[in-house]
Parts: sequence; structure tokens; C-alpha cells
Amino acid sequence: MTDIFLETRNLKKVYPDGTEALKNITLTFNKGELVSIIGPSGAGKSTFLRSINRLNQPSSGEVIFQNEQITNVKGKKLLLVRRQIGMIFQDFNLIKRSTTVRNVLHGRLGYMSSLKGAFGRFSEEDVKEALAILRRVGLEDHAFKRADELSGGQQQRVGIARAIAQKPALILADEPIASLDPSSSSNVMNYLKTISEEDGITTIVNLHQVDVAKRFASRIIGIKAGEVVFDGKPNELTEQRINEIYDQRGLVNELTS
Amino acid sequence: MSKMNKQNNNLSRGILWSLAFIFFVISLLQLDIAPEKLANIFSRTQRLLDNMFPPVIDDPINIAGAAIESLQIAVMGTLWGIIFSILLAFFAAKNMTPHISISYLVKALAAFVRAVPALIWALLFIIAVGLGPTPGILALAVNSVGMLVKVYAETIEEIDQRVIDAIRATGGSPIQVVMQGVLPTISSIFISWSVFRFDINLRYATVLGVVGAGGIGWELIRASRMIAYNEMLGVTIVMFIMVLGAEYFTRFLKQRADLATIRATK
Ligand SMILES: Nc1ncnc2c1ncn2[C@@H]1O[C@H](COP(=O)(O)OP(=O)(O)OP(=O)(O)O)[C@@H](O)[C@H]1O
Ligand SMILES: [Mg+2]
Repeated sequence: MTDIFLETRNLKKVYPDGTEALKNITLTFNKGELVSIIGPSGAGKSTFLRSINRLNQPSSGEVIFQNEQITNVKGKKLLLVRRQIGMIFQDFNLIKRSTTVRNVLHGRLGYMSSLKGAFGRFSEEDVKEALAILRRVGLEDHAFKRADELSGGQQQRVGIARAIAQKPALILADEPIASLDPSSSSNVMNYLKTISEEDGITTIVNLHQVDVAKRFASRIIGIKAGEVVFDGKPNELTEQRINEIYDQRGLVNELTS
Repeated sequence: MSKMNKQNNNLSRGILWSLAFIFFVISLLQLDIAPEKLANIFSRTQRLLDNMFPPVIDDPINIAGAAIESLQIAVMGTLWGIIFSILLAFFAAKNMTPHISISYLVKALAAFVRAVPALIWALLFIIAVGLGPTPGILALAVNSVGMLVKVYAETIEEIDQRVIDAIRATGGSPIQVVMQGVLPTISSIFISWSVFRFDINLRYATVLGVVGAGGIGWELIRASRMIAYNEMLGVTIVMFIMVLGAEYFTRFLKQRADLATIRATK
């Protein structure tokens, strides 16, 4: 037993078309930390997150989650792993035509028998809990509205509520604020931070905005072309390091010097 | 050079036209469309019209029963068609099928079923289960499956991957992904197609009786055998009203479904 909560070892992902999205990602994450991953478009940030909850199958390497090798788990076991990992998406990924509270209840599917869940026979306890979570993200008045009737910021809070309903040990958020205006953005980031701190949930957030990452995260990881090029505290992320992560010329200079 | 091409074109066009003309003349002779028959057309039509008007419905209770049977055949055929099509469509859709070869197999099967007309299916089922409404229901169900599997599967294939990701990421099982994610998202499109198919099935159900597969079509044949043209017209009017009624009904349902879709996609 170690203290390491989540670990990836030499994680590699080559897509069927030959794109090498992840080259050799070796990282460790501790319990309860809020980590932000930054990097230019196409760096492999989404691919990395989706390799952890296996929406993508890594080509090689290992993912070790709570001291358990989960790189190749299948079937029922994979579902049990996934229910411990909440995911928040850039486009919210709600079931638009279902009610808000039902979208939150989807977080309970992994805990139910397959058929009960399929027919939406959620227990009274689960419904009460879902409503309580909606209150926590300030949406109790919208519980029985259709999800697509909410604003973008509200929809993303439903996305967060769905993740919380899973009672997860880990939350993966893939650019949760990329589709939101600035005020909704800081609102959503505040909720993520609060939940991470209050519930002790390890949270990994992909972000495009370096300033947001610096403000909210306790640790920042920079990924560029499928490789980790920075891993440190927000105050260690100097202007020069940011340029190295985002600027192609940084790479050229390094190669030529 | 281009002149020669043009001449060639003219020549082949001339040959085509003469072939078509020869075919026309041969057909005319072979099908026995004799000039004296054409000359009789007016007097015969006159007699037919005289006999047709005024239209009568000789045995209203019997005709009403037959009309209701047609309606029932259409409803049952559509319902069974929908049930089997939904199940099969998930095996046919490329993004849902357990294996791609199953998808091809189901799609090929549906294409075959679709290619055989409903009346032929009715004849086959009459041989299998005897006369009456049952072969009619089976024929419509099978014929509906041919069409609905195709359109349902295409709808499923176009579904947003993000909906699937959403439920999968929570630890939902494949059947939960379908029931909680996919179905709510596509149900209104499914409903429009199903309603459209009901419209088609009702049209078929009125004529299936002609071959003995139940419903009001049989009354038409019965009247024609008795050379009761006025009764034939009466039955035809009932059929016409049924089909028109169904069209209004389905248009009303479709409008409601479209409204729901517009609300969902806004
Ligand atoms: N399904 C796929 N098939 C093929 N290539 C893919 C696929 N998904 C992503 N890629 C490629 O893999 C690389 C990494 O993509 P990824 O989406 O992980 O980047 P990202 O860092 O999340 O970018 P962004 O900031 O734009 O979201 C890119 O070159 C992308 O084009
Ligand atoms: Mg991305």
C-alpha cells in the first residue's frame, strides 16, 4: 500500500489513424488534490482524461487507481471502476430531453441493477439525495425542468451534480468552462473547488485558461504534443514556462541550442 | 471530328426510337387492345356509371365490422412491426451492434423483407396460417420491419456520441446507455416514423382483404363478384374516408411530434 491515489505509467495512445496522442505519460496524483492540466489544442489533454476512465483504451502503459491495476479491466468490473470516477464534459453532455433531476439520478446508475436502472426505477432515497445535490449547486428550483431549458452555466452545474451523485473518489473535468461566459465560468470553477475540498475528491481539470488554472489549482501539469512538459505549483509556472508550453518556437530553440 | 460524333448520336437515337415503336406495336397486338374495345369504352363506362350511382351500403353493420377489422389489422401490424424493429435496430446500428457482422446481417435481412411487397407477404402467410386477419397482421408487421429497422437504425447511427459517453462515464451498463441515454434522445424521431408507417399500413389494410387477408377489401371483391357496382362504390367511399381520416390523424400527431423536436433542439 502506498499513498499514491492515482498513477499512470508510460501511458501511450495511438489512434487507429496513426495519430500519436499520448507519448509516454507517467504521473502520480495524491488524494484530494485539485490538479489542472493545461496545454495547446491537440496536446492530448482529453485523450489523457478519457484513458483514465477508459472511454478510450490506452495503447500501452498502465493506469493504477487506488492501488488497483485498471488498464485492462472489462465488463462489470469496468463499470464498478467508472462509477467511482465522475466526469464533467465541455458540452455538459446532459440528456437534453430528460428532466434535470433525472440527469442527476443518472449518477446512480452504476449502483443499481442493470434492469432497474434501465427502466429508471430510482429509489426514493436516491431521488431525495439527487434533490439535495441540486440544492447544493443552487438548482433546486429547476429540478423538474427539461435539461435543455437551462442556461449553459446551469447545465454545467447539473453535470457537476451528476458527478457528485456518483459519490466518486475522483472527478475528471474536460474543459468544463470552455463553453461558458466569464461569470458562469468562475461560478462553475468555485463549485468544483468547493466540492473537491469539502468531500476530499481528487479532481483533475483540463483547462485552456492559464489564469484560471493558476487561481484554482494546487498543482499544474503542462502537456504538449502528448508529453508532460511541466509539473509543479502554480507559482512555479512562470511566464517563460507558459511560453514553453504553448509556443512552438520554445521547442525549436531548445532543439537548436 | 465533332461532326462525326453528332452523326453517330443521331443514328443511335434513330435506332432507339424505332425499337421503342416496334415494341409498342407488338405490345398492342399481344395484349389484345383491339380498336373495337377502345370504341366501346364510352358505352361501357356509361353503363358502369349508371350502375354505380347512387352508391349503396347494403349491410352497414357488416361493412362497419369489416372497416374496423382493417383498422385493427393496421394497428396490430404496426405495433408488432415497431416492437421487433426497435429490438432489431439496435443490432443493426453500427454504433450499438455487438459485432459489425451482425449489423450487416440484420440490414441485409431488412432489405430483403422490404423488397417483397406486402401483398406477397399476405399470400405467403395465408398459405402458412390460413385465411383471415392473422396473415394480414403478420404481412404488415413483416413489411413494416423491413422499413422501420432501416430508418430506426439510421436514426441511432446519427445519435450524438456525447450522449453515449455521458451514461457510460457514470458506470452505466450498455442497456442503461440505450434506455436512459439513447431512447429519450431519439424517441420523437422514432414516433414520427412509426406514425408515418401506420399511415402506410392502413392503406394496405384496406386492400389486403382482396387476397383474403381480412378487412374491408374482401367486401369490395364480394360486391364485384355479384356485379353490384353501386355496392362497390359504397365500399370504396368507406375506404376513402378511412384513409383520409388516417392521414388527418397522422398529420396531427406528426405536428405534435415536430413541435416536441423543435423544442428539444432549440
Ligand atoms: N478519435 C480520434 N481519432 C483520431 N485522432 C484523434 C481522435 N481524438 C483525438 N485525436 C487526435 O489526438 C490528438 C490529441 O487530441 P485531444 O483531443 O486529446 O487533444 P486536447 O489536448 O484535448 O485538445 P483540445 O484542447 O483542442 O481539446 C489530436 O491530434 C487529435 O486530433
Ligand atoms: Mg480536449
